[in-house]
Amino acid sequence: MTESTTSTIANKSDLERKQIRRERISLVLKDKTFLVGAFILSFWIILAIFGSIIAPHGAGDQDFNFVSHSPTSKFFFGTDANGRDVFSRVILGTRLIVVMAFSATILGTVLGTSLGLATGYFKGKFDMIVMRLVEAISAIPVLIIALLAIAALEGRSPTLTVIVIGFVFTPNIGRTVRAAVLGESELEYVAAARLRTERTRHILFREILPNVLPPIIVEFTVRLGYAIFAIATLSFLGAGVEYGSPNWGSQIAENWGNIYSNVWWPTAFPALAIASLAVSINLISDSLLEIFEL
Amino acid sequence: MSTTPTLEFRDLEVAYTVRGIDREVVRKVSFSIAPGEAYGLVGESGCGKSTAAFAAMRYLPRNGKITGGSILFEGQDIVGMSAGEINKLRQSAISMVYQNPATALNPTIRIGEQVAEVFELQGFSKSEALAKVEEALVKVQIADPTKVMRRYAHQLSGGMAQRVVIAMALASNPRLLVMDEPTTGLDATVEAEVLDLVRKLRKESGTAVLFISHNLGVIRHMCDRVGVLYAGALVEQGATEDLFSNPSHPYTVGLLRCIPRGGLHKNTDRLDTIPGTPPALGTHFSGCVFADRCALVEDKCRTTQPEMVSVGQSHVARCFHTNTAGSMPRAIDTVTVSVSQNPNRATTGTRLLDVDHLSKAFTQDGNAVHVVNDVSLQVGVGETLGLVGESGAGKTTIAKLILGLYGSDSGSHVVLDGKDLAGTLNKRDVKDVGAMQIVFQNPDQALNRRHSVTRIVGRAVQKLRGLSADASTDRAHELLSGMRVEATLHSARPVQLSGGLKQRVAISRAFAGAPQLVVCDEPTSALDVSVQATILNLLVDLQKQDGTSFIFISHDLGVVRYISDKIAVLYLGRVVEFGESNRVFQGPHHPYTEALLSSVPNIDGSIRKRIPLTGVIPSPSNPPTGCVLHPRCPRMAGSGVEHLCSSVEPALTEVEPGHFMRCHIPLDQLRTVQI
Repeated sequence: MTESTTSTIANKSDLERKQIRRERISLVLKDKTFLVGAFILSFWIILAIFGSIIAPHGAGDQDFNFVSHSPTSKFFFGTDANGRDVFSRVILGTRLIVVMAFSATILGTVLGTSLGLATGYFKGKFDMIVMRLVEAISAIPVLIIALLAIAALEGRSPTLTVIVIGFVFTPNIGRTVRAAVLGESELEYVAAARLRTERTRHILFREILPNVLPPIIVEFTVRLGYAIFAIATLSFLGAGVEYGSPNWGSQIAENWGNIYSNVWWPTAFPALAIASLAVSINLISDSLLEIFEL
Repeated sequence: MSTTPTLEFRDLEVAYTVRGIDREVVRKVSFSIAPGEAYGLVGESGCGKSTAAFAAMRYLPRNGKITGGSILFEGQDIVGMSAGEINKLRQSAISMVYQNPATALNPTIRIGEQVAEVFELQGFSKSEALAKVEEALVKVQIADPTKVMRRYAHQLSGGMAQRVVIAMALASNPRLLVMDEPTTGLDATVEAEVLDLVRKLRKESGTAVLFISHNLGVIRHMCDRVGVLYAGALVEQGATEDLFSNPSHPYTVGLLRCIPRGGLHKNTDRLDTIPGTPPALGTHFSGCVFADRCALVEDKCRTTQPEMVSVGQSHVARCFHTNTAGSMPRAIDTVTVSVSQNPNRATTGTRLLDVDHLSKAFTQDGNAVHVVNDVSLQVGVGETLGLVGESGAGKTTIAKLILGLYGSDSGSHVVLDGKDLAGTLNKRDVKDVGAMQIVFQNPDQALNRRHSVTRIVGRAVQKLRGLSADASTDRAHELLSGMRVEATLHSARPVQLSGGLKQRVAISRAFAGAPQLVVCDEPTSALDVSVQATILNLLVDLQKQDGTSFIFISHDLGVVRYISDKIAVLYLGRVVEFGESNRVFQGPHHPYTEALLSSVPNIDGSIRKRIPLTGVIPSPSNPPTGCVLHPRCPRMAGSGVEHLCSSVEPALTEVEPGHFMRCHIPLDQLRTVQI
């Protein structure tokens, strides 16, 4: 009584399994968009970690022989009006913005995912009320909320900025996750989990969450790009970070007036840094979108 | 002097480019369709049926291409035709009817305008076209064409939408009509109506038809000649009667043996299966395509491709063993599991589940919609209760109410083994939850695609048996191996398994808590017939070993008849007939059951007089007064109780011992009219 030649099926499936994994990896590695984005991003991450070793000068080191000096062999990116090395200050500014952006986005993603899981699974009145609130918040521009919150809390610490941006991102991420959960919770594996007396928490985080990870990952990268801009803008406006610290936004704010006297380098290089970091993240999120076929 | 065939495939080869490699999906297929002839292509999923159909329209998916051979339409090769010429043919001579009418119609354009487009393309003015549409809709038996023309696609029932699609296909008076599974998504009674219509139209217009279906019964009723496809190759071809009565290729023989035909029952017959699985897309064969699964395989089958051999008048098969194929050994013993092995046999038949006055109303736009109405059922130990009825009859809802996935309305009772269970799942204790489990229709949705097979089953064991994680993993492996899921597959994800294996995993999970009752909700309707047979055999074995009871939901009456001891026929959330399986199938039947049974295209080819159900299933939000069937009842007229039918809802009464019916017409009267 041989109902199926199972050994051949097993071999085939084993092969297929390896093939699928290989294909997915090669899909990512073949995607030029992803590779370029990942290359630029890892460049900035390395600078964020090892910046203090790499930078030739300290952030506050002043050389009054070189004030607003154009790029030279000693100061690759020139110096600012205070005689500080723009090159070193760009490198040293990396850590703060990278750490802040990642923390804020992680916070927003965790909160948003929880919100999305809850509203998408329980539906009903709870969902309706929360979603109306979310819509109301989404109608106000992110930066204005952040500025208002920071002003109201009279804080200029990076921690506060991270928390504010994290909260501001929550509704958007929540909405994306909710949409995915709505479809997912109708699937029968959820009913099957209920039929073995699983608790709701288990169903949400162990059953549904793994299946909605792709949209969450993409949303994370999109928000990370926004976070870079939001943090840079806030520090440009003087909110969000301590004054005088080597961060890209403040550097632009301090130096942009000098563009008119043709001292463009203290503004241009931090601006380029912001742009390249944000673009690299967007490239990654674009390619992930395509790979996950969302 | 032979006439030019309407369509002729000559050694056609089609390949799909997948991940940069050309994979053969149609292998040197040759057949021809004479004018006015209906030719059926049959085979399991992935064997190239639809690809052949699309090729006939020169309408292959973007990665598909014709790599060899030719397609002749009335003697003209269409493979080399320009896009313009092909379009002209599609406008005037070849039409197609797709499987899913809901997606074949544009949801944003009114039906009238949509059908009119076809006539406008032929050069009619807008007003002429609209007049023609009305005519065309009358031709496909749409009673109120002007009303239908104003509607949008989503406002039509499935059967109505498919009629509209057929009207559009026939609008150009095509000389060839390609129908790709035209009734697969439809209910049995609607399917029967659409098939009747196609047959009638074909008789009138003399159009040649290429009919694609996986359903052998439908093919048998619709086609003059049949071709059997396997792995993209035509393995047998012949006149319908000839091929069905004298199948000569082992694959055809196997297919016909897998099907639970009328009369077979689990207690006396075991279904045969075709061992193994169909080959992957684009597999290369040096010998016969079927060699790996064939019971008659010899060395030469693996090395030499057999030629088409004549086995009768215009009946050919591509096999070395055409003489012995019909009597080839079965893959499965006919002997059923011995009854004496069953430890629970003594208790078989004693009452296990009692469903009393089960009702459920959902709220929709503030109105209560009674989806399930006063349903009472009983299931004995080791018994199978079959639930049948058309979509929307409430089959799945009843199952979910019994399981507690939905809370039932007050007054409902679900009594398991003498214990009145709470209405909802979270109020039941673990033991009772584990005692009733379900196997869902679609294993892709029922198994979490992120979890391994071991985890899916192990977790259920852990929760329902209260075992430690390690112990439940061990038990899960035992269970899975018992269901013939090989150990090498235990760490796999569901996506890596075939449909049949996925369903075995789902069955393992359902049996994790040693259940007394398992609901099987269309467990085989997503599977090919050969896989269906192995799953049905597995379920029957499990029942015989453990004395498990089943509630078996299916729209396939052959399957239900094979596996069930008792049958409940549902209509609009009500049980209209309930009794021993034999009683219900042999009659006298409830008029609805009678209509349902008569609509199944019989694979044995016996012609049954069709008892049509007129009109559409009423909405449960606004059920008819009196007997809910009365507006459609085939037996009400002339019964002498019409006044009762339209005013008083009949109760479910025991018309003979163990046979319940919800009908005003006396049983003897039904017996006389139903001969």
